[in-house]
Amino acid sequence: MKRQILLKAGLPVLAAALLIAVFAMAAQNDAAVTQALDQAGVTGPWWMWPLILLFFCFILGIIAVLAGVGGGVLYVPLVSGFFPFHLDFVRGAGLMVALAGALAAGPGLLKRNLASLRLALPVALIASSCAIVGALIGLALPTNVVQIALGATILFIALLILKSKNVAVPEVKNPDALGIALGMNGVYHDASSGQDYAWKTHRTLPGLLMFIIIGVMAGMFGLGAGWANVPVLNLMMGVPLKVAVGTSKFLLSITDTSAAWIYLNQGCVIPLMAIPSIVGLMFGSFVGVRLLAKAKPKFIRYMVIGVLLFAGAKALLKGLGIG
Amino acid sequence: MSTDTTQTPAEQVVYSNMLFYGCWGSLGLMAVTYLLYISGLVTPHVPLDTVTQLWSQPVKVYLEKGNVPTGWGWLKLIGQGDFLNFTGVVLLSGMTILCYLPLIGAYMKKKEPIFATIAVLEILVLAFAASGIVGGGGH
Repeated sequence: MKRQILLKAGLPVLAAALLIAVFAMAAQNDAAVTQALDQAGVTGPWWMWPLILLFFCFILGIIAVLAGVGGGVLYVPLVSGFFPFHLDFVRGAGLMVALAGALAAGPGLLKRNLASLRLALPVALIASSCAIVGALIGLALPTNVVQIALGATILFIALLILKSKNVAVPEVKNPDALGIALGMNGVYHDASSGQDYAWKTHRTLPGLLMFIIIGVMAGMFGLGAGWANVPVLNLMMGVPLKVAVGTSKFLLSITDTSAAWIYLNQGCVIPLMAIPSIVGLMFGSFVGVRLLAKAKPKFIRYMVIGVLLFAGAKALLKGLGIG
Repeated sequence: MSTDTTQTPAEQVVYSNMLFYGCWGSLGLMAVTYLLYISGLVTPHVPLDTVTQLWSQPVKVYLEKGNVPTGWGWLKLIGQGDFLNFTGVVLLSGMTILCYLPLIGAYMKKKEPIFATIAVLEILVLAFAASGIVGGGGH
């Protein structure tokens, strides 16, 4: 019964999202359609795109929560592919979207001990410094080169999500000296099982070094980089999945801050499009959290992989001048 | 050094509380300033119709044709509808720096100089990014 209600509510939402995507794509890419829409007076008013963006990001927010990915990784390829905004502004808004989502989630995660400040602090210092470098590289490179690299990265992320098999509570037999020195350990209470899990890290140095690459990519493409944080923290450093996910989300609030400032100072944040994106995604996230308990994770996972493959291919083709 | 307890560390709770109020405060500010902007109650620096023509161009074109300042130059235009929105955006972007400040004292008190140093370095990195000193000028 509940599933039927969800289906009844979900289908019109999904249909509307698809309609918007199709409409946006048509309006941007097809000159004849654009002209026809112009004649019909559809493309005229300034408020049309912010309104579409608000609704689009609301849907994106729901999907992002259900899929367990940050908003930026879906926002940047989809909005740059199907909306009329230049990639410079999409990356600026994408970082603000990822930042707002991470900052909003931060307090709850920190209070519940699902994000570890002690684990996040050293990692954030590396990632946020490198995100500045990434943002500067991204703004200096020609748009088509960034678009091609973005497309390739998004396709890689899709494959990573498809292939990755995270471990709920990895076994860390020999914590390393660096992890011990930095006190990267803790205990978290798992509400679903009612058990307390003690955790510590291993392979801390290679794990920390990975955040150099993650930081550069986050800054360069305006992505949140949660897709990379979680596997490194969980599979490489041995952090339990729930703490890895929580710390990753919190980490984005620091990494994205440094990159967001670079884009902000360069004039890449246009309030007319950035604020509806942030607000839409935030509201979508609230609804998504409520739907989370009822959602079918497998279906959502494959749906996101499909969307990322599609968006990655689109970005790649656009960068190559084909799409 | 160990945090071998399910109890949330005190500095983490302080960080969490500051983040909560700062984040929702800045989002509320953004919503209000955006409404003032799009309703036309506060005249924008770049007219709305012009923004929609320029947002498909590289940032360099937007800056030139819209006569938009970079870095902290927007402060001079804070009375304009579009740049008024930057108050909320900047508060949101600055929350992490503000939340890091109490961490320095907290870690010093706990005699954890490594973490106090990390907190200082992070503030310096973020302040450097926020300063507007670095920038490639876009495309």
